[in-house]
Amino acid sequence: MPRLLAGVEPTGGEIGLAEHFAQWGVLDLRRVGGDLVDELEASGLVGHGGAWFPVATKWRSIGTRGTRRPVVVANGAEGEPASSKDALLLSRMPHLVLDGASAAAAALGASRVVVYVPARLTHGIERAVEARRRHGLDPVEIEVVSAPDAFITGQESAVVSALDGRPAVPSFVGLQPVRVRGVGGRPTLVQNVETLAHVALIARFGAQWFRAIGTEQFPGSMLVTLSGRYAGTVVIEAPLGLPLREVLALSPGSESNYRGALLGGYGGGWVSMPTLLEVDLTETSARSWNTTLGAGVVVLLPHSVCPLVEVARVVRYMERQQAGQCGPCVHGLAALDEAVRCLALQPASLRGGVEPILDLCALIDGRGGCRHPDGVVRFVRSACSVFSDEVATHLRHGPCHLIDAAPILPIPHFRSAHAANER
Amino acid sequence: MKRRVSLVIDRTTCDGRGLCAELFPERIVLDPWGYPIIDGDAIPRSLLDHARRAARSCPLLALHLIEGRQ
Repeated sequence: MPRLLAGVEPTGGEIGLAEHFAQWGVLDLRRVGGDLVDELEASGLVGHGGAWFPVATKWRSIGTRGTRRPVVVANGAEGEPASSKDALLLSRMPHLVLDGASAAAAALGASRVVVYVPARLTHGIERAVEARRRHGLDPVEIEVVSAPDAFITGQESAVVSALDGRPAVPSFVGLQPVRVRGVGGRPTLVQNVETLAHVALIARFGAQWFRAIGTEQFPGSMLVTLSGRYAGTVVIEAPLGLPLREVLALSPGSESNYRGALLGGYGGGWVSMPTLLEVDLTETSARSWNTTLGAGVVVLLPHSVCPLVEVARVVRYMERQQAGQCGPCVHGLAALDEAVRCLALQPASLRGGVEPILDLCALIDGRGGCRHPDGVVRFVRSACSVFSDEVATHLRHGPCHLIDAAPILPIPHFRSAHAANER
Repeated sequence: MKRRVSLVIDRTTCDGRGLCAELFPERIVLDPWGYPIIDGDAIPRSLLDHARRAARSCPLLALHLIEGRQ
């Protein structure tokens, strides 16, 4: 430790090919084959995009025996506003991600490799790809495609739609999943860029090396985007399974001045500070506290803001970020947005207290074409529980004196998911 | 292994016309906005005909009966 962040100074530019080779050695991609999947299975690597699904299982499910060769997509869209670890990897260590993408293509026999990243990062990635081309590194040419700036553009089926020239919004995959019928109708692997960076290291050093840190079920390390502290937003790397209290100790600041913490981002869940210090860095632990690690997001919420106003602002953002395709999400999030806004700003107008909000959550949960509404539900439910004191105070006395405090949770300048697609 | 038949809704296509709830009220009810609420449970053999008719009749072809193994 650190692994992915080894040799990376807090400030600085992109790590070029020469430096990359000096740090990690050359990965001969022409010698990578199907046995990499066995190595990944032995390594126990799981996906770091938020779903925590075993990588080897996912790769084995990609149809490689049909007549159509697979497509590999390195997903760096990172629509989550409170996450910046993918952008860090792509801007500072692009070759680790590109090694992983090419290794995946070699292992699966893919004939197309696409790196899907926000427009602001395409130039740097194109430069890195060009440097690799001059060295003849990648057996299959790497394409760079820009992802529209919106929350849901990184969802698996939205990625496929974007690469097929349609709007980057999720589609119905209940009959034919992306792994069977994805980009151009071909079997498609959509894998988060951090996951691919881990693949690049496992391809070099093997499963046993990977398992030297982390837990039995969740080996290795992960990137965590930690924000809400005075130090600003930092990306740190920690072994999986590390208690959150030790993760927090990796960056300066104390835990005493916070009201609660958000784990997993805007589709994640709130926990109290005592709970946060009980969680360890595994998805199993986060789930046991009704939240998720998501893509490795931890936001500490200081006492200087009203948690309910922060929540209402995020719910508004998430409501505006839905794709407008599925009835329960369109109508449900609109109603939830209005109710949560009332709770924060005009509690007197909220009939029935918090109950109608929880009823709406139950009505929406699990009923979208994708998991976007479910994430909002988790976010709101956990807020109602963790901030129950504030909820009670608001219902009794009206909005609190922190109503106009400067926001902590970042809300990007947003257009609707569809507007973001119009380029 | 047992055959397991369940209903799936293509939520991106469904626009809440509600025919499915008319035809299969045993398992489909409508939410306040008129969109179907289903659970992912297996459809028992005794109800399969109703489920099939509901899926076949969806005006937008958004309701599917899928067979899996369990």
